[in-house]
Amino acid sequence: MKLTGAQIVVETLIEQGVTDVFGYPGGQVLNLYDAIYEAGDRIRHVLTAHEQGASHAADGYSRATGKVGVVIATSGPGATNLVTGIATAMLDSVPMVAITGNVPQDLIGRDSFQEIDITGITLPITKHNYFIHDVNKLADKIREAFRIAKSGRPGPVLIDIPKDIQTAVAEFEPRPVEPPFPQHIPSETRVAEAAALIDSRSRPFIHIGGGVIGSRTWDLVTELADKIDAVIGCSLMGLSAIPTDHPRFLGMQGMHGHYASSMASNDADLIIAIGTRFSDRATGNKAKFAKNARIIHIDADFAEISKNITADIGICGDIAAALRKLIDSVHEANHMDWMDHIEDLRDKELSFLVDNPGALTPLKVMETINKYKNADTPVATDVGQHQMWAAQYIRFQKPRKMISSGGLGTMGFGLGAAIGAAVGTGERTVLITGDGSFGMNLNELATAVTYRVPVTVVLIDNKTLGMVRQWQTLFFNHHYADTNLDVRKTDYVKLAEAFGAKGVRCASPTEFDAAFSEAIKSDGVTVIDCLIDKDEFVLPMLPPGGAIDDIITVKKGV
Amino acid sequence: MSETKSNKFVIAVYVENKFGVLTRVTSMFTRRGFNIDSLTVGVTESPEYSRITITMSGDGYARAQMLNQLRKLFNVKKVELLEDVDAIERELVLVKIRNDPENHQRVLSALDIFKAKIINYSVEALCIEVTGTPDKIDALIEMIKPLGIIELCRTGIVALQKGGGSIMESDDVN
Repeated sequence: MKLTGAQIVVETLIEQGVTDVFGYPGGQVLNLYDAIYEAGDRIRHVLTAHEQGASHAADGYSRATGKVGVVIATSGPGATNLVTGIATAMLDSVPMVAITGNVPQDLIGRDSFQEIDITGITLPITKHNYFIHDVNKLADKIREAFRIAKSGRPGPVLIDIPKDIQTAVAEFEPRPVEPPFPQHIPSETRVAEAAALIDSRSRPFIHIGGGVIGSRTWDLVTELADKIDAVIGCSLMGLSAIPTDHPRFLGMQGMHGHYASSMASNDADLIIAIGTRFSDRATGNKAKFAKNARIIHIDADFAEISKNITADIGICGDIAAALRKLIDSVHEANHMDWMDHIEDLRDKELSFLVDNPGALTPLKVMETINKYKNADTPVATDVGQHQMWAAQYIRFQKPRKMISSGGLGTMGFGLGAAIGAAVGTGERTVLITGDGSFGMNLNELATAVTYRVPVTVVLIDNKTLGMVRQWQTLFFNHHYADTNLDVRKTDYVKLAEAFGAKGVRCASPTEFDAAFSEAIKSDGVTVIDCLIDKDEFVLPMLPPGGAIDDIITVKKGV
Repeated sequence: MSETKSNKFVIAVYVENKFGVLTRVTSMFTRRGFNIDSLTVGVTESPEYSRITITMSGDGYARAQMLNQLRKLFNVKKVELLEDVDAIERELVLVKIRNDPENHQRVLSALDIFKAKIINYSVEALCIEVTGTPDKIDALIEMIKPLGIIELCRTGIVALQKGGGSIMESDDVN
C-alpha cells in the first residue's frame, strides 16, 4: 500500500511490536503526530512535560520490560533535549529508538529555524544513528534500527527524519520482525581453559553486571555458582538480577557496595565477571583490584574484554551459550573454608549497620518500602545518596526491578524512568529520589497525574545535595560550597498538590509507615516528603583512588 | 596520550561507502581519547566500500582497543592491523622549494637521490613530487629543509598487505 513517510514510521513501529511511545510534538514532527493520531487505537502516545522526561521514560520502559523503548521529539531543541536521555541509555546499554524530525532537506545546512545536526551531536552517544534521505528506505532503516538496538550489547539508536521525507509517499508492506543479529559463538577453547582455571581455584567470586539482565541469564549465573560453590556480587546495573535473599548473593560491591561483597571480591582467588565492564565505581583503584585473583571475563561486547581490568581469560559473544558450556565443563566443588570466610564477612557487615532508633533514617525508609512493596514492584531511583541507600537496602525478588542510571549517573532520571516503568509493566512503581535530583525534572509530575500513571514518589529530603556534602565533609574541610538546599523555600506537599498529586510530609518512622502503606495501595500519584538529617552518610565508602582495603565503614569526625 | 613514536602502527579499515561514515570512525577516536597520526581515505576495488588507512601510536592496550572499538561500528566491515613486516607502506609528498640559482645544484642532487620528479617549474619556485616509505619522506624533507621549503603537503600513509590475500578474506573475530 502507498503511505506517507509519517504513516510508514507509525506502521513500522506497530509492526515492530511497539504499543507505547513517549514524546513531545513540534513543527517538524506535525506529520508524524498526525499519523499517530490516526493510529490512536493501535499505539499509545504519552505526552511528557519535557523531551528529556520522554527520553528517560522510554529508557525506564525498556529497563522494566526488556522491550525497545521509543521516544519522539521535534527538530532543534526537541532533539537536543533528548541528548541526556540517550547518553544515559548508551552508558547503561539500554535498547532505545529515538525518532526526531528535522527541517526539509532543502533547508538542511542553512541554519534554518530549529535546525540542528542531531546525528552529529549523538554520534558518540548512540550505538548507531541515521539521517533518512530516501522515503523508500525509511521502513527498512527503522527495522534495522530496532535490530541494532536490541542485538548483542543493546543500546540507543537515533533516526532523524526530515519533514519532506515524512510527507513523501512510498510503498509499504508490513514484515515479520527479524530476530537480533546472531552473536559470536563463544570459543570452545576459551571455555575449556576457563573451566580448568575454575576447577583449580578455591575462592571463586562471580561479579555480574547489567549484561546478565540484558541476556536474561540470571538462572544460569546461580546454576554456575551452585555448581562451583561461588558467591555472587554485582555492580549497580546488576542489581535485581539475583534475588537479594539468595544465599549466594552478597549484594553490590564497590565504592558504596556491601562490605561482605567488596571484601569477598578482594579476598577471592578467582573472579568470573559476567556482563559487566569493571566500572571504576565497582572496582575502586584498578591497580589494586582483586590482586589475589585470576580473572575470567564473559561479555557480549568483545571490546570490553581487558578494557578496564585485564582478563586472564576473555570469553566474548553469546553470554547464555558461554554459561551453558561453562556449567557443563566445570566440576562440582565445595569450598568450605571460603564459605566460612564469607560467613565471617557477613557477620562483620551486620556489626557495621547502625541506626538511630527514633529518627526517620534512610535505612528505615528503605525497610518500610520493602515491607509494603511486592515482588513485581519496579523501584526507580535518581542519583545520589538516596540511590546508594536504595541499592544497599531495597530487597529485590525478580529481575528488571531496579531502574537506576548507573554509568552516566543522571540526576533527574528517576521520575521519567518511573513513569516509563509503570506504563510498561502496569505495576505501581516506587520512585526513590532526593531533593536535588527531584528538583531537576519534577515537571513530569504533570505527566504522571495526566495519565494516572501509578507512581509513588519517596523524596529523601535532607535539604542538601547529600552525596556532594558527604565528600565535602570528608575531603573538603566541611566547605559546603553550593550544596545547601535549605535556602530553597520549596514546599513539596503544596507542590504535589499544585500538580494534582497528593502530598504528605513525614518526620518520623511511624508517619512514613502510615503514609507509604496508604500511598502504595491508593490510586494516583503521591509524593511523600521524608525529612532526613542532612549529615546521614552512605557507608561503607571507598575513598577516591582507594582500594577495597581502604574501605570506610564507620562515620567519624563529623 | 604519552605513547612514543616507536609504537606506531597502521590499521586498514573497510567501511561502507556512505554518508557520514568517516565522521563515525574519527569520532570514535576522539571519544576514546586516542590520537591519529595520519589518516587517508579513498575508494576501493568495490564501489560499495571505502578503505581508510589509519596510522597511530600506542601500546598493546591502545592497539587492541582501537581494533575492537572499530569493529563495533555498524558501517565498518573489516578491520586489520597491518604489521610492519607484512605490509607495504607508501606516502606521497609535494614540496614547493625556492628556486634559488645558488641552490640549484644541491636541489637537483637531492632530487636525484630520492628519485623525485619536478612537476612544476617557475622562476620563483619548483614543485617536486616524491613517493616512498614514511622514513624516506622524512629523510627527504630533512635534506631539503636548508634549501628553503615554501610549503609542503603529505598524503599520509596508504598500505596494503604483502602477498595474494585481501583483508576482506581475513578472519578478524577474536
